[in-house]
Amino acid sequence: MVVDAASPLGMVVGGSLSRGLDVRLGSAEAVEQAKVGTFVTIQGAGSRYFGIITDLRLDSADQHLASAMADADAALASVLSGTSAYSLATVSLNLTTGVGGEAPQPAKSLPGHFSAVHRASNDDVQAIFGSEDAWHIYIGSPLDMEDTRVCLDLRKFVERSNGVFGKSGTGKSFLTRILLAGILQRGVATNLVFDMHSEYGWQTQTESGYAAKGLKQLFPSRVAVFTMDPASARRRGVQTDFDVQIGYDEIEPEDIAILAQTLKITDLGVQACYTLRSRFGASWILDFLKQPSDELSENIGGSSSTLDALRQRLGQLQRLDFMRDHGQGAVKRVLDHLADGRHVVLEFGRYGDDLTAYLLVANLITRRIHEEYRRRTEQALAADGKGPDPLVITIEEAHRFLGPGVAGQTIFGTIAREMRKYHVTLLVVDQRPSGIDDEVLSQVGTRITCQLDNDRDVDAVLGGASGARELKSVLSRLEPRQQALMFGHALPMPVVIRTRDYGEALYAEMSVPGAGAASKTASGRDKRDLFG
Amino acid sequence: MTAPIVPRATAVRFGEVVEASIERLLGQCHELYGAPVLGTLVRAGESVYAVVEGVETVALDPTRPIVARGAGAASEAEVYAEHPQLERLLRTQVSLSVIGHREGSDVRQYLPPLPPRIHTFLHVCPAEEVRDFFAGGRPDFASLLIRRGVPAGDDVLAAVLRQASAAFDVPGDFLLTASRGVASLLAGDTARLNAIVRRLPLGA
Repeated sequence: MVVDAASPLGMVVGGSLSRGLDVRLGSAEAVEQAKVGTFVTIQGAGSRYFGIITDLRLDSADQHLASAMADADAALASVLSGTSAYSLATVSLNLTTGVGGEAPQPAKSLPGHFSAVHRASNDDVQAIFGSEDAWHIYIGSPLDMEDTRVCLDLRKFVERSNGVFGKSGTGKSFLTRILLAGILQRGVATNLVFDMHSEYGWQTQTESGYAAKGLKQLFPSRVAVFTMDPASARRRGVQTDFDVQIGYDEIEPEDIAILAQTLKITDLGVQACYTLRSRFGASWILDFLKQPSDELSENIGGSSSTLDALRQRLGQLQRLDFMRDHGQGAVKRVLDHLADGRHVVLEFGRYGDDLTAYLLVANLITRRIHEEYRRRTEQALAADGKGPDPLVITIEEAHRFLGPGVAGQTIFGTIAREMRKYHVTLLVVDQRPSGIDDEVLSQVGTRITCQLDNDRDVDAVLGGASGARELKSVLSRLEPRQQALMFGHALPMPVVIRTRDYGEALYAEMSVPGAGAASKTASGRDKRDLFG
Repeated sequence: MTAPIVPRATAVRFGEVVEASIERLLGQCHELYGAPVLGTLVRAGESVYAVVEGVETVALDPTRPIVARGAGAASEAEVYAEHPQLERLLRTQVSLSVIGHREGSDVRQYLPPLPPRIHTFLHVCPAEEVRDFFAGGRPDFASLLIRRGVPAGDDVLAAVLRQASAAFDVPGDFLLTASRGVASLLAGDTARLNAIVRRLPLGA
């Protein structure tokens, strides 16, 4: 039996705003239906309150219940359950609306004792999260409310850097795809995806066996697929737009610094890179690889053993097939596409498993983007004009770029901290958020997190969030697939959702041109997408 | 005043009030040993409801104690047959706890404004009147019994529930609902509640 919307789950019997309300659950059915993460409404005398269940516990009016029940039978159990032995739910209050039906505000007051607590209705969810429109996309449904749509305000979403977290196999990449497709279709920003596992551009096989379309298939004329590994792309039948090659002369010491951990380069080695760069100029790597160490150590200082070790480590770059002596303009090509409002997915093919390649290329391209967007924003400021269209850079395995050791040096750390001003934000996709620098994580505006096993990861994701303690119990009880807790900047209140299916329904919605500002420039392309 | 909805003709008269207070009545049965059983719902006159919390049979004249008479008799019946005056010398009394009253057609499970007069007739309520009084398994009356602290009061409460349940189509449902109400009253004293529940044929 399902407790219908009209019959209350229970009533408020105590609690506080900071620690959550105690709600005594009514019937046995209500006890079983109230789940951690369930979205509830509380009708006070004048206002209506919204919250989620963050904890459940059994309580009893009798301190000696356990001993008194020692010889009790089923009859006593049936008499006691729901009377003097009862269930309490802790409800964390988030929002409130007045009688006038104005927009929900953060809750600063409490509903009185004995206020009735209901499961939220479809209308409640819409009142809070909005309904689908030019800026809102449907992203999933609240727990046990399959027909209700939780929408995400993408305009607010791209204002800040965001994170999608969860251990592997929890549906992170599908969630990310839904977000990317939404951003693309609504035209709220331009996407650049560092597609480590080649799953965003073109279709991939899901674990359940059906093919999930990539962005290029959904928006053929608006998405360009760049690849680091043309052979892999050909094998998979991907229509790529450009094969990316990187010149040694495009690599800066900062790019090597980020690789220090992966290539096992010491601090001295990294310092030597800066010295080499200033001595040899752009071609520093090739020049260095050619020169013997003892000669060089005399010229630039530093021990020859350091240089030997560095040479050996940098030599590893030579096994990357996409490396060339001189750059072929790939980075510029990416920038041109982005400037033109085209979305870029950079596939890594077989280099997806090669962290060196991924870190190097992502950092190198992003550094240039950083410079470019900074320049364009500053120009726009000088001319009192509009800055560049917002850019969202999606990176996977983000802790490699944003770890406490490297976040200070890498361009991603800079973007996470300050690039909002320059219209560039990150979409961080990671399964080990605890590996991300605290300061960077605190800049992540909206966090969408699937199940996480490790307590440190849970703590990291919730760090700095209001009501972290309550959310922790919610997060630790997410199901392993297709469930996510969302909270932060773009959401009025935390919510647990069952992520919508990435399939035909979504494809159909995405084939309709969005109403976003950026999409106006691309509307001609949309028509071509639709009508060939 | 609206007419009572329960046909009173079916109520069985068994005695009359000989002592009366708001909380408690003493009734004397018209026939020796003619008392209703423990826990029976009784109506005094038209409006006051009480339950049987005790029954005693004593000498009419307290100055003349009863003596044993059966030394030579073969059976108890023979004792009464040989001493027909006994029927006149003994009386059966019923102590009653008032648990509610009737206002018009409405049943109130709390004390009446006034006790019934002396000599008000006492009736055993028929099943439909019992159902009417305990409608919905409301155990409001139970607080009167629990707080009154009559000797073995919990036994009386259990007896009331047992007797009342017999008037319902599904006695078990009534007992469960009523017991849950009692559980709320006895929250914090599970041992006492357990003692009451054990006296009920729950789940039977």
